Amino acid sequence: MEGVLSGKRLALARLISLIENEDPSTFAALSKLYKHTGTAHIVGITGPPGSGKSTIVTKLTSEYRSRGKTVGIIAVDPSSPFTGGALLGDRIRMQEHALDKDVYVRSMGTRGHLGGIARATSDTIRVIDAFGKDVIIVETVGAGQSEVEIVEVAQTVIVTDVPGSGDDIQAIKAGIMEIADIFVVNKKDLPGADIKVNAIKAMLELDTRNTGWTPPVMLTSARNGEGISELADKIEEHLRYLKECGLMEKRSLARSKDELESIMEYKLTRELLAQLQGRPEYKKAIERIAQKDEDPYSVAERLIVKFLSSYKEECE
Amino acid sequence: MSPEKKLIESFKHWEENVVEKTISKFPERAVNFLTLSDVPINRLYTPLDWNQENYEEKLGFPGVYPFTRGVQPTMYRGRYWTMRQYSGFGTASETNERFKFLLEQGQTGLSVAFDLPTQIGYDSNHPLAIGEVGKVGVAISTLADMERLLDGIPLETVSTSMTINAPAAILLCMYIAVGEKQGVPMEKLRGTIQNDILKEYVARGTYIFPPAPSMRIITDIFKFCSEKMPLWNTISISGYHIREAGSTAVQEVAFTLANGIAYVQAAIDAGLDIDAFASRLSFFFGSHSDFFEEVAKFRAARRLWARIMKERFRAKNDDSCRMRFHTQTAGCTLTAQQPDNNVVRVTLQALQGVLGGTQSLHTNSRDEALSLPTEASVQIALRTQQIIAYETGVSDTIDPLAGSYYIESLTDEIEKRAEEYIERIDQMGGSPFAIERGFIQSEIHNSAYTYQKMVDEGSRTVVGVNMFTVDEEQQFDYLRLNPKAESEQIEGLEHILKIRDSTLIDDALDQLRDAAKGSENLIPFILHAVKSYASLGEICGVLRDEFGEYRAPDIF
Amino acid sequence: MSSSKKIRVVVAKPGLDGHDRGAKVVARALRDAGMEVIYTGLRQTPEMIVETAIQEGAHCIGLSILSGAHNAIFPKVMELLRQEGADNILVVGGGIIPEDDIPGLKKSGISEIFGPGTPLSDIVEYIQSNVKL
Repeated sequence: MEGVLSGKRLALARLISLIENEDPSTFAALSKLYKHTGTAHIVGITGPPGSGKSTIVTKLTSEYRSRGKTVGIIAVDPSSPFTGGALLGDRIRMQEHALDKDVYVRSMGTRGHLGGIARATSDTIRVIDAFGKDVIIVETVGAGQSEVEIVEVAQTVIVTDVPGSGDDIQAIKAGIMEIADIFVVNKKDLPGADIKVNAIKAMLELDTRNTGWTPPVMLTSARNGEGISELADKIEEHLRYLKECGLMEKRSLARSKDELESIMEYKLTRELLAQLQGRPEYKKAIERIAQKDEDPYSVAERLIVKFLSSYKEECE
Repeated sequence: MSPEKKLIESFKHWEENVVEKTISKFPERAVNFLTLSDVPINRLYTPLDWNQENYEEKLGFPGVYPFTRGVQPTMYRGRYWTMRQYSGFGTASETNERFKFLLEQGQTGLSVAFDLPTQIGYDSNHPLAIGEVGKVGVAISTLADMERLLDGIPLETVSTSMTINAPAAILLCMYIAVGEKQGVPMEKLRGTIQNDILKEYVARGTYIFPPAPSMRIITDIFKFCSEKMPLWNTISISGYHIREAGSTAVQEVAFTLANGIAYVQAAIDAGLDIDAFASRLSFFFGSHSDFFEEVAKFRAARRLWARIMKERFRAKNDDSCRMRFHTQTAGCTLTAQQPDNNVVRVTLQALQGVLGGTQSLHTNSRDEALSLPTEASVQIALRTQQIIAYETGVSDTIDPLAGSYYIESLTDEIEKRAEEYIERIDQMGGSPFAIERGFIQSEIHNSAYTYQKMVDEGSRTVVGVNMFTVDEEQQFDYLRLNPKAESEQIEGLEHILKIRDSTLIDDALDQLRDAAKGSENLIPFILHAVKSYASLGEICGVLRDEFGEYRAPDIF
Repeated sequence: MSSSKKIRVVVAKPGLDGHDRGAKVVARALRDAGMEVIYTGLRQTPEMIVETAIQEGAHCIGLSILSGAHNAIFPKVMELLRQEGADNILVVGGGIIPEDDIPGLKKSGISEIFGPGTPLSDIVEYIQSNVKL
């Protein structure tokens, strides 16, 4: 933990690995690091495959570096639901930062974490924040609910798209549209860029949220570096907006509530299952449910009551 | 009853009675037989599988559109294919010796292998070149190296193929300069530069610049050669590497021809008339394991390309539709285990190329999976070609397998499947777009993975690897490279760098830079820089500054 | 599949060699065996490979090289890992590496070399049995 605070990459990497492995020792480390967090600007970026997210991330990183900021990047890719493995290839697109000691890149698979990928990502963001990075970019594919959860831990969410996928917007999936703070239409030299921009703007008109921030729709050609500096400016602008209208605090409260509840839920579930796993009565109970001799609802009730009362006894 | 109907009935009768009886006692080795491209292989092929009626349209005659049966009217009865062994290692002098050995042994054309730093535009003393100098080919940093490489080799009579892509223009200019010194004008020079950048992006990896400026250099070469070098093959559009990277035969044809389409289109867009450059395009394929599929593949490729040139590009000259190609036996099929077995594999693969009508042929050496070839190994490889040519009689008639029901059916099928792929690629906007999306790369990778799984599971046999293995492999004496080659090369280079006229060079490089910024043909400027002994790295450095470097997209 | 401990492997192509068929096939096989694979792409220097392995918390590094430059590159990777205090990472290699060179490479710290014809399952099993998690 001291390693992390004193800027040692190896220590940071090890701690993140422990977090991913759901090692119980991380609780203590995360608890101690908590007050060193909160300084980083957390930017989430999501969008369909092929929209050039990794290129945007790498160019944005160059832009931040030229502005004197240090950057952490978390690239999340889906794990195979069958084998549990993952091919994490986003790093390939970030070669220019390979030897820059002020850029830290970590690839993560979605893994089937017990606490959800959002927990692991959130904790990882925490430690990179404590490590001292000014900006932390979280990049994910944006195809499902877990991806929405991931980017929700960000303060500024960018949703990307590309021209040519017709009038319909690929990003409108599972609420991603609603969490976007900035839209980026990348590869703007391809035909249909204007059509895409207008389609997004039309969708936004139907948006009834009314938070005072209208998500801008920006055009970039990340490969050529076009539009990137403007994007960095807009991200800064959004952060200022959050601070000025108190949204930062509001979100902070909401996030703290979510986080507390998710940690408690996680801990409880883990403790409960740890007690039950491997117990022959547990196995028998499951068999009875399968054979319809008992129903899962009453079994659950019974086990929880037992767990809570034994917990109460321990505390007394 | 029509004869056809009668045959159908007889065939059915044979299957349901004669065959059935045998199968019930002795089942066949598999339920389904497939080529390596997943084309189903029937138990038997009959006249029912080949419609002889459109003979002239589908097959025709050698030397005439659609060239299915061969690109020349007399083929090997006039002249055998060129026996052209790819070689090079260490310093230019060492490679020069190997060249002379091969020519003495009866090789009929040169094929130059360059080391990786050279292929990627770095001089031998560049930091990224450490450990790589002279390893996979010869190191060429300046014209001085080229002069040594070709010392004593008469460029008027020997044709040279250079496997060089991103810096092809520079090596071509060096070759021209050496020719000039020998008194051979460039219009008399014969040879090929591979110059096929699209396949580098998907299968070979020695790219430098991004696609757009790379295409500009390629079309500059087309233009220059169409005016000044009528005997020179400006490109060798390659399927070999795509195949080596794991693709099937169908994909090899499809992706190669799709790349060819992209080059032709780029040249047309650059203002060239198709009939002015197309006859100097050439191709390069592998020759893999499935015997009949490979022969059919070559024929299918020839016919398909001819049709593409005529139907899609409206070439007026038959010459523009003629697909001439070089073949190399498939390195990826050769094993490190029991290396002598590779001689057998190479023999069969070489025969496939000959029966498929190749214009030139490289046969791999038995130590392919171990190291670069020893003299003894490369001699056997060359002898393989010579025995096929002089002893077997297969060269004495043209396209002997034509008319085989199987071969014609397979040729048609490969052509059809390749066309379907090309259509898909067309819908993506053409090969460069398909590459950007990672489509071609993922198709190749999926085929490679599927093949490896089959070998690991045992459903595809590799003799000596997953069947008929031996416990104690015999010690095989493979080539050890001169460990001093790298330092010798660097010493030689630094000497040249010292003694040359630096103002002349700075001048030449400045002119090149200006030309790169504009749209003038780069070749004369590169030639000028090369003749002043500007190094390969310096010239590529200027171009890197102006054009940038390629960034690979996501390929999984 | 909910177990969280995953073996993380960096598959790298050091040097200028562009033949990535094998590296990609191995990467995919490792993924299919439940590992998390960070594939670095081409033209990696030893410095880039080691930096990637450290940042990604890799348990294993796989180096693929067919160009003959392994004697210069592999020991350099080992040296850098030692300098960074990360030499508990398992390092294996593959490609075209002559028999004669293998003892020297192992001496520098490479654990195993997987030559042409090696079944994918051999590589998977070796890594699973020898990584230090």
